[in-house]
Amino acid sequence: MSASDQVLCLAGSAPSWLDSGIDDSVVVSSRIRLARNLAETPFPAMLDPERRFELWRNAAERLRAEGLLPQAIYLHMSDLGELEREIIFERHLISREQLEQGRGSGVIASGDESISLMVNEEDHFRLQCYAASLNIYSAWERLDAFDTAFARLFDCAFSDRFGYLSCCPSNLGTGLRSSVMLHLPALSLLDEIRPVVNGLSKIGLAVRGMWGEGSDVAGHMYQVSNQITLGKVEVEMVKQLGHIVRELSDHEKNARERLLERHTSLIRDYVGRARGVLGNAYILSSKEAFDLLSALRLGIEAGLLRDIGRRAVDELFVLIQPAHLQASAGAVLNSAERDELRATRVRDLMETEEEKNGNNDE
Amino acid sequence: MICESCRNREATVHLTQVIDGNVKKLHLCEECADESGFDIQGPMSITDVLLGLGEDDASPDSDQGRDDVRKHCGICGLTLPQFRSKGRLGCPDCYASFEAEIIPLLDSMHHSTRHVGKVPAAAGRPESGSGEISALQSMLDEAVESENFEEAAVLRDKIAAIRATSESIGG
Repeated sequence: MSASDQVLCLAGSAPSWLDSGIDDSVVVSSRIRLARNLAETPFPAMLDPERRFELWRNAAERLRAEGLLPQAIYLHMSDLGELEREIIFERHLISREQLEQGRGSGVIASGDESISLMVNEEDHFRLQCYAASLNIYSAWERLDAFDTAFARLFDCAFSDRFGYLSCCPSNLGTGLRSSVMLHLPALSLLDEIRPVVNGLSKIGLAVRGMWGEGSDVAGHMYQVSNQITLGKVEVEMVKQLGHIVRELSDHEKNARERLLERHTSLIRDYVGRARGVLGNAYILSSKEAFDLLSALRLGIEAGLLRDIGRRAVDELFVLIQPAHLQASAGAVLNSAERDELRATRVRDLMETEEEKNGNNDE
Repeated sequence: MICESCRNREATVHLTQVIDGNVKKLHLCEECADESGFDIQGPMSITDVLLGLGEDDASPDSDQGRDDVRKHCGICGLTLPQFRSKGRLGCPDCYASFEAEIIPLLDSMHHSTRHVGKVPAAAGRPESGSGEISALQSMLDEAVESENFEEAAVLRDKIAAIRATSESIGG
């Protein structure tokens, strides 16, 4: 199967790692990434095109030979069209920066997409591991093991004083970025999100939208990550983020209870209207869909909607993104056509879920 | 909402960034966002902020500026002004070449200038200290408390493995 066929095949469903882990009403996913570079080799931006390509080919061949990633897929950017690139970006397999790269850049991922390796982005290698819900330590442990095996194949740039050497000093040391995706509708609705965001940035954590750096918040989804990579042990960093995220999660749960107690009609109206629109709309923009799905997710978690499963809603967050929609249609669609198809997908899901779970909505 | 740049088309690109705790919002139409190059990948990184990008304090005419232009990495050839303008290094050896400039940067960025984390196997892996066990133990307690038993099991196994290793080394 060609690289682009493999990507189109992925686009048919949400990443399978999303469907594991415990039920967590607030934390959607956890991610760890490590920045690594080859010793005595200029960083990708300074490499001539032939050496860049050589590096990609060598990395792909050695990983294949050693079988480090189960059922691995090898996606070289120059083998992918615009749509396929967008799909792997929407699935968080590549960064926005990698989206623009060509020959010599790519990503190698395990079949379940939980562990992946971006080649020739800003650094030679970016290792990443995803897990569902708040399994940040499990993700670290898996990636740590992968990194240790990886380091037997490739001699990494490392100094005793500065640790793992990275292209940008902001990743120096451990090269570790841990991040967690949270669904914070109640804090947002009660207008309590700003002090939370300010507080987090004061203790060195960054808060972003769903697609990382520079992305805006949609569907009340927030990505919280550490900024400091030097001077602390990895486990300590992971522990700190996990601790803060748990507190944040408790805040959100508390806000949900307050919403239900003090603004009962308001919240029922909010959830009910979202359901009404999602079940009946024929045109839905991404932003509107994400915001309404957020309301639906809140309704499910608060026990207001019993006939719709949360997993199905979480999968929609992936599948109604522009490139995923186009992959499912098998055609390039303009924005108006996408909005229509998005509405159809959402209506179909609402119908299926209602049939599957019976109409026992209170 | 109308684009803040052309004040004509509908704004569809909404940028939010948090710098030093201040939330800044910018609303642009796709055309203006594309044109300005200030699309989604636009916001300044913490490196850019700390390097004071956009402020040209060392003009090439000053003595300082001339010294900076001459200073470069002997391996990849990156010059100090290039590092200052992009905030990115050219190769692993740049850290030695620009150590004097990088250290204060690390201090304000990471509040530290020394790595204490993982070491590649080739460089000799340090023993897991008791600090790691206590960090793992407190994560385990939190995982159990929030009934995340999957994560708790991973943590429990890890603690047991570290204890077993240190006992076999000690004994």
